[in-house]
Amino acid sequence: MNITTTMRTAIKALLTNRSRSLLTMLGVVIGVAAVIVTVAIGVGARASISAQIDALGSNLIVVLPGSLNQGGVRTGSGAASTLTPADGMAIAGLPHVAAVTPTVTVRAQVVANGQNWQTSIVGVAPTYPYIRSWALASGTFFTDADVASAAKVCVLGQTVIANLFANGTNPIGQSVLIRNVPFVVIGTLAAKGQSGVGQDQDDTIVIPYTSALERLTGQTTLSSMSVSADQADNVATVQTETTALLEARHHIPTGMPDDFSIRNLQDIASAAASTATIMQLLLAGVAAVSLVVGGIGIMNIMLVSVTERTREIGLRVAVGARRAAILWQFLIEAIVLSTVGGLIGVAFGAGGALGVSLGAHWPVSIPFTAVALSVAFSAFVGVFFGYYPAAKASKLDPIVALRFE
Amino acid sequence: MGTPVVDVRGLQRIYPLAEEPVIALGGVDLRIDPGEFVAVMGPSGSGKSTFMHIVGFLDRPTAGRYFFNGSDVTELDEDALADIRSRELGFVFQAYNLLPRTSAIENVALPMLYAGVPERERRAAALAALEEVGLGRYAHHHPNQLSGGQQQRVAIARSLVNNPKLILADEPTGALDVRSTGDVMALFERLNHERGITIMIVTHEPEVAAHAKRVVTFRDGHVVDDRAAAPREAVLS
Repeated sequence: MNITTTMRTAIKALLTNRSRSLLTMLGVVIGVAAVIVTVAIGVGARASISAQIDALGSNLIVVLPGSLNQGGVRTGSGAASTLTPADGMAIAGLPHVAAVTPTVTVRAQVVANGQNWQTSIVGVAPTYPYIRSWALASGTFFTDADVASAAKVCVLGQTVIANLFANGTNPIGQSVLIRNVPFVVIGTLAAKGQSGVGQDQDDTIVIPYTSALERLTGQTTLSSMSVSADQADNVATVQTETTALLEARHHIPTGMPDDFSIRNLQDIASAAASTATIMQLLLAGVAAVSLVVGGIGIMNIMLVSVTERTREIGLRVAVGARRAAILWQFLIEAIVLSTVGGLIGVAFGAGGALGVSLGAHWPVSIPFTAVALSVAFSAFVGVFFGYYPAAKASKLDPIVALRFE
Repeated sequence: MGTPVVDVRGLQRIYPLAEEPVIALGGVDLRIDPGEFVAVMGPSGSGKSTFMHIVGFLDRPTAGRYFFNGSDVTELDEDALADIRSRELGFVFQAYNLLPRTSAIENVALPMLYAGVPERERRAAALAALEEVGLGRYAHHHPNQLSGGQQQRVAIARSLVNNPKLILADEPTGALDVRSTGDVMALFERLNHERGITIMIVTHEPEVAAHAKRVVTFRDGHVVDDRAAAPREAVLS
């Protein structure tokens, strides 16, 4: 008796007890469906986190001024006025640095088109759209010449446009009063949405940093600097070299605290990624437990089935079935139950994931490896939990089995 | 008569129970030739069922030798015995032992599954066997749609389907009424007479044994009587 015949015998036996077969599969179906849904959501969530971090500029490091120590009173990070545009020029000369922008941030009341609005004014260099991966919606961005001349030009974020030009007036060419200084709108930024922490990134007006320093703050120091490394691999190098450069420029002796600090967005990215990894391990654990429970369900029903079919087994032996044929029949029944259960589970899981993505607008994605692994694992569950009942069936004494009531 | 189908010499079967071993067969010598129709009789515990199980390779003797169709099968392993069962033997049981929720034709075809016969041939042979027992038109009925006598005839068709050397029937009429008993026994007689199939039937009913050509009586693990069957009129009168 070959394996195809055994398989057909097993499938026939399962079809003979259709409703019981379905109920037996249920544990594995639910287990696998749960795995697929959670993996799909987990992968989708991870993808959207990394997309958000990429939007910040993943090769980005941010240099902040340090804290002040005035008579023993220490202010927080960023309070000191230690970073200058000249520092930015120096950093731009380092190897592996793709772009640098000084940043001056001011909150101000702005007036245009008969409306007013308080927003965040950001003074930057023309490298800013590149560093923040931020495209223009219309118009142009300012140039190095505008920076050199501290030009009164600005680029508006979408939230500002929505509040100042709600009547549909094209903002390009209009004048915006920032702290009573008129700036001409030369461009608009594409909508960027909320940042990872829920801040509206479109509620901003971007101007040349020289204009911000000379016309708005009246100071010579920066709020921060953003440095973009040429590749993700070089972020750490750029961070080390920037630190060394600024320590030298600021005459900080070795061992003394720096008057600036550097934040690396890759740290945030890897923290988010490791959170996602922990979540996925947790889900894998839950999935393993539910599949084991499903497997125990299969073993239970298979044991009941072996007892119930004792006479059938006795008869099969009497008409010439070898022990191995009986073993294989019951083992294949268990494997078919668990594998078909796994496949149905994948279908339900995919449906559930689709439902979540449509209903909650979450990004989902079902990796093929998750499907293959859960089907393979459910087949393994069938082998593992089917072996004991199958071995029990194959060891029955046919004389006793034939008389079993 | 040629090579005997069954030839046992000094056959013993002892169950090693805790207190005192039970001797089911205490040294049996018996020979069944091709074309015989043997009834094995005896009270409960006489050893007749144990004898049938050993002859059918479902049990093994503790001592003695068993030659089946001329070859010594005493030492064969389980798989070899299973193969002989699937090719050379047919079984009929008191309780029919048909697979539930499975059509008559599939029940009849079951032994050929284990003998490795291709599906097309299995169906043809199963249908022929069902026609042989007069149930060709019930091929797709399930056991619960058939009477007891019909179920037993399906079981007999199953025992014939491999053209066995020997059919072993264990109390085949034990669960049947008088009329069905008559039908089933007439069928056995016809198979023996027309097709020359060797049949050994275990029973405790003299009326059933009267259909056989030879009656062997067991008591306490020994053959105590072995003779040609009395003419049937003598039993009935």
